[in-house]
Amino acid sequence: MENPYAIEMLNITKRFPGIVANDNITLQLRKGEIHALLGENGAGKSTLMSVLFGLYQPEEGVIKKDGKEVSIKNPNDATALGIGMVHQHFKLVECFTVLDNIILGMEPTKNGFLQKAEARKKIVALSERYGLHVDPDARIEDVTVGMQQRTEILKMLYRDNEILIFDEPTAVLTPQEIDELMQIMRNLAAEGKSILFISHKLAEIMAVADRCTVLRKGKYIGTVDTKDTTVEALSAMMVGRDVKFHVDKEDKTPGDVILKIENMTVASRMHHNNAVKNVSLEVRAGEIVCIAGIDGNGQTEFVYGLAGLEPLVSGKITLCGKDITKASIRSRSVSGISHIPEDRHKHGLVLDYTLEDNIVLQRYFEPEFTKAGFLRRKNIRSYAEKLIDQYDVRSGQGPVTVARSMSGGNQQKAIVAREIDRDPQLLIAVQPTRGLDVGAIEYIHRQIVAQRDAGKAVLLVSLEMDEVMDVSDRILVMYEGEIVGELDPRTATAEEMGLYMAGAKRKEQ
Amino acid sequence: MEKKRASLLRNPGVQTLLSSLLCILLGLVIGYIALLIINPAGAWGAITAIVKNFWNYGRTNLQLRYLGNTLVKTAPLLMCSLSVLFAYKVGLFNIGAAGQYVAGAGAALYFALALKMPWWVCMIAAILAGAVLGCISGALKSFCNVNEVISCIMLNWIALYTVNSLLNPVKNPTSPYTMGLTSVNPEAVMPSLGIEKLFTNNRYTTLAIPLAIVIAVLIWVLLSKTKLGYELKATGLNKHAAKYAGMREKTNIILTMAIAGGLAGLGAAMMYLTGFEEWSVTQSSVPAMGFNGIAAAFLGGLHPIGAIFSSFFIQHITNGGGYVDMTMYSSDISDFISSMIIYLCGFVLFFRQFMSSRLARRDEARKGGKQ
Ligand SMILES: Nc1ncnc2c1ncn2[C@@H]1O[C@H](COP(=O)(O)OP(=O)(O)OP(=O)(O)O)[C@@H](O)[C@H]1O
Ligand SMILES: [Mg+2]
Repeated sequence: MENPYAIEMLNITKRFPGIVANDNITLQLRKGEIHALLGENGAGKSTLMSVLFGLYQPEEGVIKKDGKEVSIKNPNDATALGIGMVHQHFKLVECFTVLDNIILGMEPTKNGFLQKAEARKKIVALSERYGLHVDPDARIEDVTVGMQQRTEILKMLYRDNEILIFDEPTAVLTPQEIDELMQIMRNLAAEGKSILFISHKLAEIMAVADRCTVLRKGKYIGTVDTKDTTVEALSAMMVGRDVKFHVDKEDKTPGDVILKIENMTVASRMHHNNAVKNVSLEVRAGEIVCIAGIDGNGQTEFVYGLAGLEPLVSGKITLCGKDITKASIRSRSVSGISHIPEDRHKHGLVLDYTLEDNIVLQRYFEPEFTKAGFLRRKNIRSYAEKLIDQYDVRSGQGPVTVARSMSGGNQQKAIVAREIDRDPQLLIAVQPTRGLDVGAIEYIHRQIVAQRDAGKAVLLVSLEMDEVMDVSDRILVMYEGEIVGELDPRTATAEEMGLYMAGAKRKEQ
Repeated sequence: MEKKRASLLRNPGVQTLLSSLLCILLGLVIGYIALLIINPAGAWGAITAIVKNFWNYGRTNLQLRYLGNTLVKTAPLLMCSLSVLFAYKVGLFNIGAAGQYVAGAGAALYFALALKMPWWVCMIAAILAGAVLGCISGALKSFCNVNEVISCIMLNWIALYTVNSLLNPVKNPTSPYTMGLTSVNPEAVMPSLGIEKLFTNNRYTTLAIPLAIVIAVLIWVLLSKTKLGYELKATGLNKHAAKYAGMREKTNIILTMAIAGGLAGLGAAMMYLTGFEEWSVTQSSVPAMGFNGIAAAFLGGLHPIGAIFSSFFIQHITNGGGYVDMTMYSSDISDFISSMIIYLCGFVLFFRQFMSSRLARRDEARKGGKQ
C-alpha cells in the first residue's frame, strides 16, 4: 500500500533556554491536504515548522518524507526535498524587486550572467495560473504586505515545492486578500501540493483546512477533522477553557473631546498624491472610535501623522485642548498618547533588546526608571515582571529573554501591555490583536474596553471586520485618504460597511 | 564535569575570550610561517623576540622601562579602540577614528607649540578637534544619509593634510618633525604624578595611562548602565523603534560620532602630549593608530574592558617587532608581522560564530550516538 503521508514529523522535541518549545509532537501531513496547526501564542507552532524547514535541529524525533527518514540540516536541504515556507515575519530583501526576491538563491545564469527574462516568463506564468498578482519590477519596500506575501508564495512555487508551509499568512492580510489566499491554497491542494497552515483565525481553519492539529504549551493535544468539529470546540481544545468571542460592554455617553483633528493632510511616501486628505475627526473621552478601511487607504500615514512619525502637510491636531501639531514624538507621548504600532518589528520593538528593556521603551526616562542618568535596573525588572504576569507574556527566560526569540504573538502582547499600562489619555491601537490567539484577543479587547470605561479616548485602526464591529462605539471608514462614512456598529451591517470601504458609497457632504 | 565544561564553552563571554586567544595564536603561527619563508634561520628567534618585547632585556629595571614604552602607546590605542567600539555599539562603523586621532594630534600640538598652552588645555583642544570631525560624519549620516564609512575615509585624508599644514609653522627647522615638547613648552607635557618611578624613570609614562583605563571603565558604565547608553544602543539596533519611542535618533547619531571622535582625539593627546613622538609634517599616510583601534576593538570582544587587554597586546607585539634581528630581515618585517597578527585579530567574531555552530553540531552527533 502506498504511504498516504507526504511528511511525517514523529515525536519531535525542541528545547530552548528555559522552555521546551516542542515536547514530543507528532504531525502527519497527508498528500494533497490542507492541514492547519493551531495553538496559543508561544505554543510552538513556528518552532515546529522551522524544524521542518531546517532552521532548527530538534533534540529528539525523526522526520519522514514519503515514508523515508530524512535529515534536514538547513533550509537548502528543505528546498531540495521540496519543502517551502512563508514565514510569520516575511524574509524579503527590502531594496530588491519582487522578481529579484523570487529568484534569489536560484538565479538562472548562463556563463555567469543572469538570465532574468527566462525567470520572468516562469514567474508571470505562475502568477497567472494561481491568481497571484504581483508587479515583478516593484521594489519590496514599496508594495503592500499582501503583495509581499504573494511574492513569498511565488518564491515557493518557483522552486517547485511540493510541501508548502504558511506561518500565519492571514494575520497581515485584508479580508479580501484572505479570501483570495484561501482560494489559492485550495487550488494548490487540488493540484496535489500538501499544505501546512498556521492561523489563529478559527473561521479560516474551518473554511479551508481538512484537518487540524492542536498544540498547547509545546505539547500535542490532538488532531481533528474540521468537518467533525466546531469553532468553539477547537478553541476550547487550544486554550483549555471556553472562550468568549464577543466583547461585553455597556453603553456609555462619551465625555469631553480628547483628540481633535482638523483638516489633516499627510504626504505619501509611495506616490505624489497625499496619502491622507483633509481628514477631520474627534475622539471623546470614554469612546472607542475605529478607523476601518481596506489596507493602504491612508490609515498608516494617518497614524504616523498623528503620532508625529511623519510631518503634516497641513492641518491641526489638538490633544486635551493643547495644540500638538508641531510637538515632538516624545512630547506627544508624554502628554498622553500611547501608540500600539502597526509594524511590531519596525517600530514596536528593539528586537535585540531584552523583554524588560522593551517594556520600558516608552518610559525609561521617567524618574521611576532613571535616576541621575543611571537606569534603575531593579525597578525596571519588577515593573517588567508585573506586566509579564498581568498580560501573560510567555517566553523562555522572562524579563531577560531577548525579544527576537519570542513568539510573534507574545511580542505583540508585550507591546500592548507596555502601551496600555502607560494609562494614556489617548490610546492609538493599530491592529492591536494582530497575530494573537483567541484567548489573548479576548483579554486585549477587555483591556481596551476598560480604558474606555476609565474615561480614556481610544482610536482603533483595524482591518478586522469582527473587531471593528465588536469593540468600537463609532466607526469611521477611510477610503483613499478620506473619511467617507460614519457608522454606528449597533445598526450598521457588514455589507454597508463593505460598500463604504470599497468606495462605492460615501456620506453626503 | 564534562557537562560543566560544555556549558562553560557555551557562555558567550568565554567564547569571545577563546576566539580572541585563537586569533592571537593563529596570527603568531602565520607570522612565523611568513618568517620561515623569508629566512628560515632567524624565524624562531624573530617570533620569540616579538612576543617577548620588553622581556628581551634581562634586567628588571630595563624590562620595566620598556614595558613603560609599550604602555605609553597602549593608552592612545585604547582610546582609538574605545572610539571604534563605542560607535559600533550604536550601529556605526567609525573608520574615522584614524582621522579624528590626527585632528586631535594637530590640535594638541598646535595648542602646545604655537599657543604655548598648558597640557590640560591642549588635551581639551584635542578632544574637541576629534569630536568636531566625528560630528561632521555624524551630521552627514543623519541629515544627508551619507554612509559614515565613506565620509570618515575622506575626512581621514582631509584631516591629515590640514594638520600637516597647520603644524608646518611649528616644525623643527632642520627636520620634518615638530619641535620637541619638553624644550619648547614643558608645561604642555602631561604630568607624570610619580608614575615614572614605577617604570625606572621612564619619563614618558604619565597620567595618560591610568586615565585611559578610567575612561574605558567609564565607557563601559555609560553603555551598560545609563539612560544615554540605553538610548544610543536602541538607536543603533533599530532606529525606527528609537524614533517611535521619541528618542532623537538623528541627534543620537551625531552625539555618538562626537563622543567617538572625542575619544580618538583624546588618544592623540595621550600620545603627543607625552613627548614620546613628534609629528612629521611631511607624512603622507594616516597614522595606523586609529586603524589598529579597529582591530583592538574586535580582539577585545567589543567590550570596553576587553579593549584594555587587547590594546595592550597589540601594542605589545607592535613594539616587540622592534626587536627582530634586522640583519636577517628587512626593516619592514616588524610592521609586517605585527600587522599580520592584527589583521587576524579582526576575525574574532568569525571564530566565535564558528565555535558555536561547531558546538551545536557536536551535540547533534553525540545525541545520534546515544540512540
Ligand atoms: N530562537 C529561539 N530562542 C529561544 N527561544 C525561542 C526561540 N524561538 C522560539 N522560542 C520560544 O519557544 C516558544 C515557542 O515559540 P513559537 O514561535 O514556536 O510560538 P508560536 O506557536 O509560533 O506562537 P505565535 O502564535 O505567537 O507565533 C516561545 O516561548 C518562544 O519564546
Ligand atoms: Mg509563530
